[in-house]
Amino acid sequence: MSDLFLLALQLSDSTIRLATPLVLAAMAGLFCERSGVVDIALEGKMLGAAFAAASAAAVTNSALVGLGAGILFAMALAMVHGFACITNRGDQVVSGMALNIVVAGLGPTLADAWFGQAGRTPLLGDSARFTGIDLPLAETLRPIPVLGPIYAEVISGHNILVYVAALAVPAVAWVVYRTRFGLRLRAVGENPSAVDTAGISVTAMRYKALLVTGLLCGIAGSYFSIAHSASFIRDMTAGKGYLALAALIFGKWRPVPAVMACLLFAFADAVQVRLQGVPLPLLGTIPTQAIQALPYLATVLLLAGFVGRAVAPKAIGIPYVKER
Amino acid sequence: MAGARGELPAWVNLGLLPLLNLTAAFLVAGAIVLLLGESPPEALKLLIQGAFGYEEAIGYTLYYATNFIFTGLAVAIAFHGGLFNIGGEGQAYLGGLGVALVALYLGHWPAVVVLPLAILGAALFGGIWALIPGWLQARRGSHIVITTIMFNFLAAALMTYLLVNVLIKPGQQAPETRTFAETAWLPQIHAMAAWFGLDVAASPLNAAFLIALVCCGLVWLFIWRTRWGYELRVVGQNEAAAVYGGISPARQIMIAMSLSGALAGMMALNELLGAQHRLLLGFTGGYGFVGIAVALMGRNHPVGIVLAAILFGALYQGGSDLSFDMPTISRDMVVVIQGLVILFAGALEHMFRPALAALFARPAAGAAVPP
Repeated sequence: MSDLFLLALQLSDSTIRLATPLVLAAMAGLFCERSGVVDIALEGKMLGAAFAAASAAAVTNSALVGLGAGILFAMALAMVHGFACITNRGDQVVSGMALNIVVAGLGPTLADAWFGQAGRTPLLGDSARFTGIDLPLAETLRPIPVLGPIYAEVISGHNILVYVAALAVPAVAWVVYRTRFGLRLRAVGENPSAVDTAGISVTAMRYKALLVTGLLCGIAGSYFSIAHSASFIRDMTAGKGYLALAALIFGKWRPVPAVMACLLFAFADAVQVRLQGVPLPLLGTIPTQAIQALPYLATVLLLAGFVGRAVAPKAIGIPYVKER
Repeated sequence: MAGARGELPAWVNLGLLPLLNLTAAFLVAGAIVLLLGESPPEALKLLIQGAFGYEEAIGYTLYYATNFIFTGLAVAIAFHGGLFNIGGEGQAYLGGLGVALVALYLGHWPAVVVLPLAILGAALFGGIWALIPGWLQARRGSHIVITTIMFNFLAAALMTYLLVNVLIKPGQQAPETRTFAETAWLPQIHAMAAWFGLDVAASPLNAAFLIALVCCGLVWLFIWRTRWGYELRVVGQNEAAAVYGGISPARQIMIAMSLSGALAGMMALNELLGAQHRLLLGFTGGYGFVGIAVALMGRNHPVGIVLAAILFGALYQGGSDLSFDMPTISRDMVVVIQGLVILFAGALEHMFRPALAALFARPAAGAAVPP
């Protein structure tokens, strides 16, 4: 029994670690997509931020400077996306694809040239990255049955960005549903001409939304290189940006359900690491690839309307033309 | 009305505009090269030298271009139906499975039987992998972009599983199949040239290049000379008009996606039957994504696609030579340039359009009033 409890603790702990970048990226995608701009470049923005953060942290030996650089770079990428899609009314999918490819090449290229280590940045010391924080009283409370270990093992001991992600969720939900900005954001993704008629600039709204997307992607990307690990390596986001996009769609473009999807996907990932080669009763050994494929399969089924229905923001993907 | 917005002479639209976009992409790439502390003109010279400078290099350039012709055609045919197939990567991967199954299990049959079957296998597996998202779009309304992205990941998971657990050659670590029987190899161009007594430098360039050119012709025929192609273009340009004209968009979407996937799948012929001679993990190496850039640059026309494919093939081949000569520039720089080309030729394609429209509207208006 205590073994099972320990396993549950460990699984919860790794679920939280794996879910953090997904949650941040899904929240980032939420702003972009709810404003009516498709964002398949969550992956690229995270990867770019991971590289920028690791490089800046390696040079300055400061995690905060690294985070700042990661955020700035992701915001810059978001602005390129905006320039292409909003100002020039380019194809949003093509633009996102282009950014993903540029960044996938740029990180390793610059890492090679600047640090001379085939496609990676130097290993960071503890001062240059965000390390685990023990929450107050974690050790004191540990002896309390059930709740003590949960507090000490699962809730305490993460790096600051994990807690940032946890706080980001209610913050995003509040902004999207309870503020003027959020109302306009949702309106601009559903019916931009109505927003325009009300005297609000569609262009400005979408740019603002993309800035928030950049900010959150920047934090998510920095998490990879200066918090979760201690350097940038080639393709280190490994499709997590697309997974976050899947979670966003799975959550029907709403904050809380999207986070639930992130946690579900992260849990599947955590279980998959645990289950490698372990036979299960009735099922036998489940191939890890089957569990890895699960989130994507679930999203396809959802989109096909086999499990519920995901309805995208109405104006998504359509560039806004003022004069008609 | 002359000079209406977006109305440009054909040579500007098909020639000047892509050239401007390409130049912009290379200027940004040049700035990055400068940032790396190297001379951009020197790098460009080495790149061109490496891609076309000697006979073997040309062979490699065309060998890479073969992949891009297939994936570019795949993207283009879907584009004509108004569909954005970014699942070329996964479809090519599955096409590889079709090729490998034929080559592994029927490889002892004579080449005249095995090779057509392998081509069929590539087209069939790639086509089915694209037909499912097509069906989901046509009948269930799920967005093709998202489903094809998901199908790329599903393909990767499936192929990893098969290669690691099922198809792997027994007694080795690397997830690869055994080498195909030689009857299932596509002849290489230098070998074919030797049949006619010609001396061509050895390179992986193989008969798949010729198959790709045939496919270009077939795609052109299909899109512009058949009823199905016409119906496909109508659906792509105006779905409501298509319905009014008695065309079923759902059927066209499924046809377009199947053909698109089949073409992407045939990329595996070049890689597996022409060069690697075995199925290996991740052999698609991003070629499926570059197909988007190729189709965009080539304006979705087979001739344009061949030209764009040679451009990207040259980037690949020249890029590896470049990284050899200039060690500060890694091969990843090629990926950056590809991304920049997609950005400028695709997403930012309208950037120069208003300026050009203004430029070319004036002489046209002047010509309308004879002196």
